[in-house]
Amino acid sequence: MSKKRSGIKKTLFLTSMVLPGAIWFFFLRYLPMAGIVLAFKNYKVYPKNPTFWNNLMHSAWTGLKNFEFLFATTDSWIYIRNTICYNVLWIILGLVIAVAFAIMLHELTNKFVAKTYQTLMFFPYFLSWVVASYFLLAFLDPTRGLVDNFLLSKGLEKIDWYNTPKYWPVILTICNLWKNIGYSSILYLAAITGIDTTQYEAAAIDGATKWQQIFYVTIPNLRPMICILLIMNVGKIFNSDFGLFYTVPLNSGSLFSATQVIDTYIYRVLTATNNIGMSTAGGLLQNAVGFVCIMFANKVVKKIDEDSALF
Amino acid sequence: MANAKVKKRRINSISVPAEIICHIVLILFCLLCIVPFVFVVIISFTSQDSIRAIGYSFFPKTTSFEAYNYVMKLGDQLWRSYFNSFFITVAGTFFTMLVTILYSYGLYRKDFKFRKFFTFWAFFTMLFGGGLAPTYVVCKTVLGLSDSYWAVIIPMLLNPFNIIVMRTFFQSSIPEELIDAAAIDGAGEYTTLFKIIIPISKPGIATVGLLSALAYWNEWFIPMLYIREAKFYPLQYLLMQMQTKVDFLVKNSSMIGAEASNIVSDLPSDSLRMALVVLIVVPIACAYPFFQRYIVSGLTIGSVKG
Repeated sequence: MSKKRSGIKKTLFLTSMVLPGAIWFFFLRYLPMAGIVLAFKNYKVYPKNPTFWNNLMHSAWTGLKNFEFLFATTDSWIYIRNTICYNVLWIILGLVIAVAFAIMLHELTNKFVAKTYQTLMFFPYFLSWVVASYFLLAFLDPTRGLVDNFLLSKGLEKIDWYNTPKYWPVILTICNLWKNIGYSSILYLAAITGIDTTQYEAAAIDGATKWQQIFYVTIPNLRPMICILLIMNVGKIFNSDFGLFYTVPLNSGSLFSATQVIDTYIYRVLTATNNIGMSTAGGLLQNAVGFVCIMFANKVVKKIDEDSALF
Repeated sequence: MANAKVKKRRINSISVPAEIICHIVLILFCLLCIVPFVFVVIISFTSQDSIRAIGYSFFPKTTSFEAYNYVMKLGDQLWRSYFNSFFITVAGTFFTMLVTILYSYGLYRKDFKFRKFFTFWAFFTMLFGGGLAPTYVVCKTVLGLSDSYWAVIIPMLLNPFNIIVMRTFFQSSIPEELIDAAAIDGAGEYTTLFKIIIPISKPGIATVGLLSALAYWNEWFIPMLYIREAKFYPLQYLLMQMQTKVDFLVKNSSMIGAEASNIVSDLPSDSLRMALVVLIVVPIACAYPFFQRYIVSGLTIGSVKG
């Protein structure tokens, strides 16, 4: 009897511990999920008593009109293409370069120097895109920038970087790698450091060259981790780093053909036209596709390595 | 001589030319990571005349402290934002840690009856969400978030990723017997958590704390959504506003009339903006080499277990 009572007491106390977090999740994650109905409504603020419920109840149903608008413009093809292409390119480049750097860092004989490199490479990861956008501006500013002044001094024509979309796929790629490579290299390095060194010793005694060791010991050992990170990234293929696409090109309208992605589009629809229904519809599509991708990715991970699956 | 050098190298290490190539590649990348910041520091110390004449340059014609002098002079908005950023970071991290620790501890306890449900409750939000617009509408109309510190802190309060890191940390470092022992000694659940678990979980708490402090310090998107009044701007958002409105600082300082317009006319706007960037980055640049270890361990747990 007393044992049962103490069990109830324990449950009560533990529930009270998770409660603040659970309430937060309810208001900031689950209530917005209910707000998805806005995608099927023409959201209008109810002037008499503008609470969330009143606004919601007094907005007219529009069926799938918001979704139609989403695809009616020619822009829709551009931002969907941009989102997917950048993601695919960066997943591949990020993987190859980060693994290469991790192997290099691991092979350096001077461990102190290797640590120093790691610290320096990690630095951009700690900065915001707003700060990074000023770094880029220092080089590409149309009147003061280092690059344009260099071009002028060499007698060449200067380039209006912030109005010429064709350079931005390269610029964005460099920015993204600049910020994230250090972090993922360190991640892979941690995994490489965890590999049993006797494997390398055995390989070396059998006469394996360093290249052979990399391809037959290091990479196979990294494979589960590579697979998982790769698949997780594929699961996020419809999402992109908002800051990179919004602040780094200084929100420049003439660059949209190269810099508009789904996330920035949804934000711009929300703020520029205040069209909440359409913005919700865009977000719903993105989340729905993302959800399917993640579930699929998790299935694949489970096949490869049961323990590494997300759930 | 040559012999001694060969002996010094480990038996199974890469050849000297290969190592030199590695060094060159890594040094180049490290330079790419560091040089932009150095460049911005140089620009912040460049005189406006030099910028007008030759643009931004690693080797300015004349250096000056005028940008930093102006920062001091029209500091109202700037110091206010600096304070906002610090306050949001400190208060936000405190509340994040409190709620995260409580939640993850509940998920860690295997004998917690609703453990499965609350685990799902948190992690499902990683898979699916309402998206930007409904979240914005709920925060604005239901929670009434706007123009306050809470408007920045509440939307960022919890992150399932941090909960995973914290729970994994508890699982790997706290033996269940410890909790049983505390229960037998008559300690209540809260006493156990605050007097026993938290003191021995310092590395895990440091990891999650630093990750969230960094997130608060660098946040500009949430202020962009919920904050209109300049007095609540954190530094990052102020800096973002200055991409387009350089005279923003002056407009929001206490100066008026002729004095203000004088200052605007000879404002060293280019170096001033860069000086602000330097002021934002310096706290991070000073702190992160020391905290790097904790953050790496947190990110490693989160990404592999995540």
